[in-house]
Amino acid sequence: MGSITLKQVTKNFDEVNVIKPLDLEIRDGEFIVFVGPSGCGKSTLLRMIAGLEDTTSGNIDIDGQDATSTPPAKRGLAMVFQSYALYPHMSVRNNIAFPLKRAKVPAAEIEQKIASAAKILNLGDYLDRKPGQLSGGQRQRVAIGRAIVRQPSAFLFDEPLSNLDASLRVNMRLEISELHKSLKTTMIYVTHDQVEAMTMADRIAVFNAGIIEQVGTPLELYQHPVNRFVAGFIGSPKMNFIELKQTKEDGATCLGVRPEHFQITTDAGIWSGKVGVVEHLGSETFLHVQVDGIGTLTVKANGDCPLSYGDDISLSADQSKILRFNDQGITLPSKGNQ
Amino acid sequence: MATNSSSKSKVIYTLLAWTISAAIFFPILWTLLTSFKTEAEAISANPSLFMFDWTLENYRDVLERSPYFDHFWNSVVISVGSSLIGLLIAIPAAWSMAFVQSKRTKHLLMWMLSTKMLPPVGVLIPIYLLFRDFDLLDTKLGLVIVMTLINLPIMVWMLYTYFREIPNEILEASRMDGASISAEIFHVLLPIALPGIASTLLLNVILAWNEAFWTLILTAANAAPLTAFIASYSSPEGLFYAKLSAASAMAIAPILILGWFSQKQLVRGLTFGAVK
Ligand SMILES: Nc1ncnc2c1ncn2[C@@H]1O[C@H](COP(=O)(O)OP(=O)(O)OP(=O)(O)O)[C@@H](O)[C@H]1O
Ligand SMILES: [Mg+2]
Repeated sequence: MGSITLKQVTKNFDEVNVIKPLDLEIRDGEFIVFVGPSGCGKSTLLRMIAGLEDTTSGNIDIDGQDATSTPPAKRGLAMVFQSYALYPHMSVRNNIAFPLKRAKVPAAEIEQKIASAAKILNLGDYLDRKPGQLSGGQRQRVAIGRAIVRQPSAFLFDEPLSNLDASLRVNMRLEISELHKSLKTTMIYVTHDQVEAMTMADRIAVFNAGIIEQVGTPLELYQHPVNRFVAGFIGSPKMNFIELKQTKEDGATCLGVRPEHFQITTDAGIWSGKVGVVEHLGSETFLHVQVDGIGTLTVKANGDCPLSYGDDISLSADQSKILRFNDQGITLPSKGNQ
Repeated sequence: MATNSSSKSKVIYTLLAWTISAAIFFPILWTLLTSFKTEAEAISANPSLFMFDWTLENYRDVLERSPYFDHFWNSVVISVGSSLIGLLIAIPAAWSMAFVQSKRTKHLLMWMLSTKMLPPVGVLIPIYLLFRDFDLLDTKLGLVIVMTLINLPIMVWMLYTYFREIPNEILEASRMDGASISAEIFHVLLPIALPGIASTLLLNVILAWNEAFWTLILTAANAAPLTAFIASYSSPEGLFYAKLSAASAMAIAPILILGWFSQKQLVRGLTFGAVK
């Protein structure tokens, strides 16, 4: 079991408010990702759920029980830190055994659990090494091993992969997703890498300056962002925002077009401009197009796109995929649905 | 060329370091040499560095005339005892200051350190009267208490700086792993901070061993440590340089040997965590 409910939770550091009253329901067994720009309060909220930071007001329920003032040791949650936070003086084996020893698990059972965690995480060869003798990826596995042996009701991850290099990050991402599929335990995962968010999450919560802008599945956020902030935050490269010279009759002051929704046309399109920098990624190409009066638009094209710097280009876009925002930045109902 | 000039400066620095060390060490060397001279040679107007009649008679006299091993034992009890009790108090204090900080923690630390700036004579009379009323004069217990109190601020400061070097996340991880506060301190904090704790202990043993203000004032015969033993060779019976030197040599020898074998720990301790 591992459902977590936040009710009107706030956090102040001294006089500074970093979490505004916030409600969130985390369902048992789901993989929820907190994303948002740096300093928006993701880690703070995660640490409040963990009990490492106290809650200024509001309630945190774990499995229906009020846990707002329960100390971290008694919440039954496990956490994986960005810095791994392994015990440097203990062998890998003892690091993993530590939570079990605290829970007074019999020695034979501890041995058995270490062996099975080592097998899942490929740590068998390293059990007698100290953390200092391991690579970053191995350390991260030990930290995860230490978290899973206790069978916690939920896992909390605070940017666990941000210290790893790109290829290792992709591997570990898959391993954590697989772990979630096999353990079926609730996972709360903080990141500001939106690829991690999109690929791993059942649901994503997008944070901005101490509030949650939107919660939803990755595709909901991609297709139906509630406002300009979410639209700009989800998706890579970022959505293009085109400010309108005049407010439309429905109140739209700005259009949002994702780079992948442009079409390059030979006849006169909606926008025309000159090709700037061209980024060839092999499977796809990103064009940075200068459009007079609008600025730079990022356009995604095929991998074999023949255009190069200085070429003239015309662009159009599928009307049903264009998002429209009013002057508050709120998304207006799309034309396709009207 | 670059290597040449850097090796040249290396030679200069090495020479400088040796010169300064020799200057610092000279009085100790002189004391040692004097302890092997006769009293006449010790006060001679043209003292010779090595060319004198080496004799052990000062050591024999000193050992005969006063109970060296009693004083030695008192020194051990007072310095080690006060350092151990100090650690017991300083570890939880430093833990709370390093990991459960409040707005006033910094002020508290400064205030504690400021007590070290007060000349001890300032509290001489109240302490003397308290000791008299509680029958602590000339007892080892009394000196252990005073030494603990005197060195406590330094111990807390040193431990505080060591604890600050330990990432908070490691302690938080132990809390997430279900550790109680005592498990957190005994299984995680103390083992990681062990080198720092060892150098704190060592430095405070040395400070307490060498302390000569309170030990001279608060002891007579029973609890007198080696500092009082040295002092007994200075005034009352006139000046006996050679015997005084022998007594001094015997008093500092144990701590010098301890210091020699624990140089590494001490250097770490004295830099106060400035070098990570
Ligand atoms: N102990 C603290 N005391 C005072 N302010 C704090 C403390 N911890 C965090 N803050 C402030 O709270 C805000 C949110 O911090 P938090 O660490 O939760 O951000 P974040 O979303 O995790 O950012 P990042 O992606 O950079 O990790 C920041 O403005 C930060 O300065
Ligand atoms: Mg963070």
